[in-house]
Amino acid sequence: MNMKKHMLFLSSLLLTNLAPAFATEQLEPTIQHYQQQGNLSFSVEAGKSLWEQEISHKKSPTSRSCASCHGNNLTASGKHIKTSKVIKPMAPSVNPERFNKQKKIEKWFLRNCKWTWGRECSTQEKGDMLRYLSQQ
Amino acid sequence: MKKSILIGSIIIASMTTSLVYCSGSTGSGESSKWFKLTQPGVAPVTNQLYKNECASCHFDYQPGLLPSRSWKKIMTGLDDHFGDNAELMPEDYTVILNYLTENAAEFSDHKRSRRINNSLAKDEAPLRVTDTPYFKRKHRELSLSRITNNPEIGSISNCIACHTQAEKGSFNENEINIPGSTGRWE
Repeated sequence: MNMKKHMLFLSSLLLTNLAPAFATEQLEPTIQHYQQQGNLSFSVEAGKSLWEQEISHKKSPTSRSCASCHGNNLTASGKHIKTSKVIKPMAPSVNPERFNKQKKIEKWFLRNCKWTWGRECSTQEKGDMLRYLSQQ
Repeated sequence: MKKSILIGSIIIASMTTSLVYCSGSTGSGESSKWFKLTQPGVAPVTNQLYKNECASCHFDYQPGLLPSRSWKKIMTGLDDHFGDNAELMPEDYTVILNYLTENAAEFSDHKRSRRINNSLAKDEAPLRVTDTPYFKRKHRELSLSRITNNPEIGSISNCIACHTQAEKGSFNENEINIPGSTGRWE
């Protein structure tokens, strides 16, 4: 009986841990693709600080960061700063479809880096941010 | 007697035909289709790529809300799309441009598309649906500050905030529900 209980507990633990792990794996091909572009290595900490940095602009909104539209809680929905349209959560643990296509990831990096930072992101920056997001 | 009835009916028949023909040919574009059955509202969006690429950030404005000359203008400046960056991959760009222009207001049989198009001068190409005379006329009773100060609406461009059936291309008055206000819009 006791043994059975232990087994049940262990397998449920395994299952709950597996679900987010599977979701975050979707980012790996893109991360590897970036790594191969210059023998680069990425870190969660660097990604976090890039994600959170505020950039000043002349045009409104004069202070921009990823949170301007994605919000401060990555497991919750964000809101487009101008149109108020709801943006689904960034965290792959709650929104696995977010990172299911490399082309989609590239498109959003292009659009959003230019708007938020006023320039395209480097491969290093993109890899760091994906590494950070993959842990969410 | 029989002969005169026959002649009479031929005359009436030909008059009716020419009447329809004349009315049909006097106007250009829109009005030449007046005798066709019109459909209500605007045609709903059918292109999934357009939805994915454009409606992630804003309401998926139906192509029939603007004439093709407006869509062409909008699509030439996607790197500064009302202050946002909405750049597209080249292959997606062409598909979306074609979808928008081929289904634009002047080619639509839907009532509101035709009214939007008819409210514009031939050389007018507004970049916003909210700048068309038809739109302005229909929303003239609204106070703009009441919209922008309402966090659930934010902007007059946010159709779906009040027009509950907007995604289906339906903008009827009895479907309006202004968030934070009591009762329906009358």
